[in-house]
Amino acid sequence: MTTTRKRTEAEEITPHPTIEPQGRITRNPGMPLDMDWVRQARVNRSAVERRAASIPTRRTVKKEWQAAWLLRAITCLDLTTLMGDDTPGNVLRLCAKARRPVRQELLDAMGVGGKGGMNLRVGAVCVYHNLVPVAVEALRGSGIPVAAVSTGFPAGQNPFEQKLQEIDASVKAGAAEVDIVISRAHVLTGNWSALYDEVRAFRAACGDAHMKTILATHELATLRNVGMASLVCMMAGADFIKTSTGKEPVNATLPVGVVMTRAIREYFERTGYKVGFKPAGGIRTAKQSLDWLILMKEELGNDWLNNSLFRIGASSVLSDIERQLSYFVTGHYAAAHYNPMV
Amino acid sequence: MSILNIFDTMEYGPAPEAANAGLAWIAERQPFGLFINNTWVKPAGKQYIESVNPATGKPLARVAAATSEDVDRAVKAARTAFESWGKTPGHVRARYMYAIARHIQKHARLLAVLESLDNGKTIRETRDIDIPLVARHFYYYAGWAQLMEQEMPGFAPVGVVGQIIPWNFPLLMLAWKIAPALAMGNTVVLKPARYTSLTALKFAEIMQEVRLPPGVINILTGEASQVGEALVRHPDVNKIAFTGSTDVGRSIRRATAGSGKKLSLELGGKSPFIVFDDADLDSVVEGVVDAIWFNQGQVCCAGSRLLMQENIANRLIAKLRARMEHLRIGDSLDKAVDIGAIVSPGQLKEIQRLVEAGVEEGAEMWQPSWTCPTEGNFFPPTLFTNVSPATTIAQVEIFGPVLVAMTFRTPEEAVALANNTRYGLAASVWSDNINLALDIAPRIKAGSVWINSTNLFDASSGFGGYRESGFGREGGKEGLYEYVRPAWEVKATVDLHIAVGSGKGAASSNGSIKGVNMAAHDEEVEDGHEGDKRENGGMNAYHPALPGIDRTPKLFIGGKQARSDSGYSRDVLDRQGHVIGQVGEGNRKDIRNAVEAAHAASGWANGAAHTRAQILYYIAENLSAREDEFARRIVQQTSASRADAANEVQTAISRLFSYAAWADKYEGVVHRPPMRGAVLALPEATGVIGMACPDEYPLLGFISLVAPAIAMGDTVVVIPSMQAPLSATDCYQVLETSDVPSGVVNIVTGDRDTLSQVLAEHDDVDSMWYFGPLEGCQRVELASAGNMKRTWVSYGHRRDWLDTIQGEGQEFLRESTQVKNIWIPYGE
Repeated sequence: MTTTRKRTEAEEITPHPTIEPQGRITRNPGMPLDMDWVRQARVNRSAVERRAASIPTRRTVKKEWQAAWLLRAITCLDLTTLMGDDTPGNVLRLCAKARRPVRQELLDAMGVGGKGGMNLRVGAVCVYHNLVPVAVEALRGSGIPVAAVSTGFPAGQNPFEQKLQEIDASVKAGAAEVDIVISRAHVLTGNWSALYDEVRAFRAACGDAHMKTILATHELATLRNVGMASLVCMMAGADFIKTSTGKEPVNATLPVGVVMTRAIREYFERTGYKVGFKPAGGIRTAKQSLDWLILMKEELGNDWLNNSLFRIGASSVLSDIERQLSYFVTGHYAAAHYNPMV
Repeated sequence: MSILNIFDTMEYGPAPEAANAGLAWIAERQPFGLFINNTWVKPAGKQYIESVNPATGKPLARVAAATSEDVDRAVKAARTAFESWGKTPGHVRARYMYAIARHIQKHARLLAVLESLDNGKTIRETRDIDIPLVARHFYYYAGWAQLMEQEMPGFAPVGVVGQIIPWNFPLLMLAWKIAPALAMGNTVVLKPARYTSLTALKFAEIMQEVRLPPGVINILTGEASQVGEALVRHPDVNKIAFTGSTDVGRSIRRATAGSGKKLSLELGGKSPFIVFDDADLDSVVEGVVDAIWFNQGQVCCAGSRLLMQENIANRLIAKLRARMEHLRIGDSLDKAVDIGAIVSPGQLKEIQRLVEAGVEEGAEMWQPSWTCPTEGNFFPPTLFTNVSPATTIAQVEIFGPVLVAMTFRTPEEAVALANNTRYGLAASVWSDNINLALDIAPRIKAGSVWINSTNLFDASSGFGGYRESGFGREGGKEGLYEYVRPAWEVKATVDLHIAVGSGKGAASSNGSIKGVNMAAHDEEVEDGHEGDKRENGGMNAYHPALPGIDRTPKLFIGGKQARSDSGYSRDVLDRQGHVIGQVGEGNRKDIRNAVEAAHAASGWANGAAHTRAQILYYIAENLSAREDEFARRIVQQTSASRADAANEVQTAISRLFSYAAWADKYEGVVHRPPMRGAVLALPEATGVIGMACPDEYPLLGFISLVAPAIAMGDTVVVIPSMQAPLSATDCYQVLETSDVPSGVVNIVTGDRDTLSQVLAEHDDVDSMWYFGPLEGCQRVELASAGNMKRTWVSYGHRRDWLDTIQGEGQEFLRESTQVKNIWIPYGE
């Protein structure tokens, strides 16, 4: 996606570097809503789809490279459970897997276990508010943050005040990250200032907790809406923009990813702030996780290939990644019951 | 490299496609023979050439080098096979072609690997683009084989077809050539490019697998100077289809001139890639990648001239450079590279030479910071800015990964820059404004226009050039006509050798109109035309005491009756040799003026078809009002009987009605290739058409040529019947009173072959029609090679102008138009 805000050539693309060492970044403070910029967003759907289709065919990683990339994908996982039947029991199991996402013998065989290796763990664990305390307790000392979905997830049709209270409650309960949903109605009715104000308020409520802004792209109807909503949410101070709740009929797709990552690039080029990206929903295979990493590398570059700027919202994908790593190490495919379940 | 290390750097690493199967296939078979009559034979000269892997520079295979002797053998095999294949029912041919498509798919990966090894293009492209399109092409044309009897009535196969294909899309170009040829019942002798024969040889094996009748497809590898040359000159080849450079195309045009061989040429390009300020610029950047870094830029329709609206130029260039930084180049079999190897060291040198020329001429060159592999033929993606249309690199086809960028201010200027080229193959137009995009597309002189996309191909949609990019279309139904001819023409013989005028350029040369063989009318010389002979310039018919008022037609240029530049006139004689009048002796300058006038009237094509139809009806109406006079004029000049002459006038009036009817009904089609969108195949006016009318049927011949052309929006410069020009000159007043805009029809009387030569050589004439003796046809075809204009000549064949099949219809409309395919992907 592109914007064609009118301006003089002198102010063209002059990034303001804000990169701190070790992938830690300055949070996006947001900016005043700039409707000239938003309105001139251009997204040509057919062209975007062609680009998206070629991302998995132009690039691939094999052998050691594939193993390393899959390990990287694990570190970017927001291991998630968001079901009506979630209980402390299955959340505890998820948290245990988050600490030890891959069998130790596989890590050792790849030379990444033990001393001098990596302390492999997922990016975060993502749950409903009610289960935040359970997860926080289970992950204590691991350095793995807990993310809470919030603001009337998934539909976002709760009263505004309630949404703020919900954020507040989750932060108080120990959530270091909050995945908020936007009011899709604001996008569909073109009420961009309402969207901006809403997200701005959510960001204020989050305080130090990082805010991931879920666009629910499928419900925004068009890629152009996705591009415009991405810009507005970043202007309002989103730390991440996220595709979907996982509850829409269609969730993360590469065309949507192309549009959102291009918006992030544009925002960085204009403001100097790096906003993260999180595709969520429908990502089940190791191959898909690689495709998303490739998209990040191609559209945004290596700076976005770590969990401070990239997350994958999923759970079952971890099983497939572990299976692929097992194949890489042993040369044959493992049965599911050889890998500890998520 | 350790996994931990890669985890940190997140580099891509190598991702090689295994070459074993391809290399084993080669090893088992080489040295490769020639494929004639479904068997492998040794080349007559016992010579072999080496095929090299461009990505490594190492030899890959030895293939046979055919000679003219082998060409004779192959043509003979094809001729023998044609006897039965040409009569094989469409359904049977469809079955074979369906089998070919299936076998292409069965061997898809082997073909992809071989293509990549042999040509240096990336495995991604061969696997995802080339080979699937090849299969699609055979499926699509299997359908046309099945439908030929119903959908192509009145057409017959051409016969033995010689096909010469380039190295940039070896198997795809083979498919583009062979599929329509087979579908229409032709047999083929195909020459793959010198550097890239391997997939054609695998294709030959597939012919054996599907048990195609022997001799239907013959494949001769070798040097162009040997095989291509012999094929082009072979007397028993009925058609040549060539894809390659404009220079070679030109020499083929010359070599086949007058031979009666059908010819289709798909040549070079310097295609514009136009970006307006309301385009999705990030998508534009990917479009540029697909336009000029697809197949290393070795694509005839590569978008090699980037035309940017000035206010977005700097941003777009910045984005492009950022994108170029992370393009990947390398071994063609690496699955994660964007750019492979240049096909040969020679081609690489040529690219280097042109790039150096660009730098010397002051253009600013930019290349990414990474370096190319040192082994093999690699050239980095290159972007030139600060380029003006006058620089060499903005004009010549580089055929490499080199983009030149220029800016424009207005849509008008974009169109002007886009069309400021001798080529006209393709164009891309990027804008999110449908009004703008659909306004620009028809105004660009190119056979394919891609809106918000680039380099899209499909069997359903025709591909081919305007101007020096060649003529003829491949793909779609329009592609079928390159491989058929009218059934009546097949039976016709060269039976109408009209003597070439002997008094070239001389004033009042009686000799120039003598010796016309009007065989059809020989017996009727004495029939009822007494009293008409000396009507003009003789005595007054009603008052014998009064002399007639002299009526000497001038030329008709730009809507005005203009005196000929030469100041000379030529006599027009009746059958007995009596002078019945004079016409102006047109010369080179008159033609020049007429062509200028025709161009000035180019707005004719943009008006409503309804208006053109109305004007054609009006011409018919005004002609009808004077039909008696026109009939008498025919009798006077030709010795036709009154009845015949009246019939000719009536047929001419009917013909005008036919083209008035067609004017708003010959409309093109909508293709639906596999994408969300549509392709509009629009028959557009060819432009300015020069036409030399047949000597016979002085009125009907004239109307039969002029009417379809102006119905389709062309403007014309007509040389009337040399023997009987007065029927055409009498039309001046008819045209003037029928609201035909000035310059749409221009008429220059004089020596047919002298004037035809000037028209055929004229770079601003888009097509030349010539209905006259064989020698004249040859001269026209020879001269046309200058700007590669289309030609339509009679090869001395008699055409029955009274017949509605031979004398009018879609053949005439096709010759009046060129098909532009506008690709319109959509979706919000």
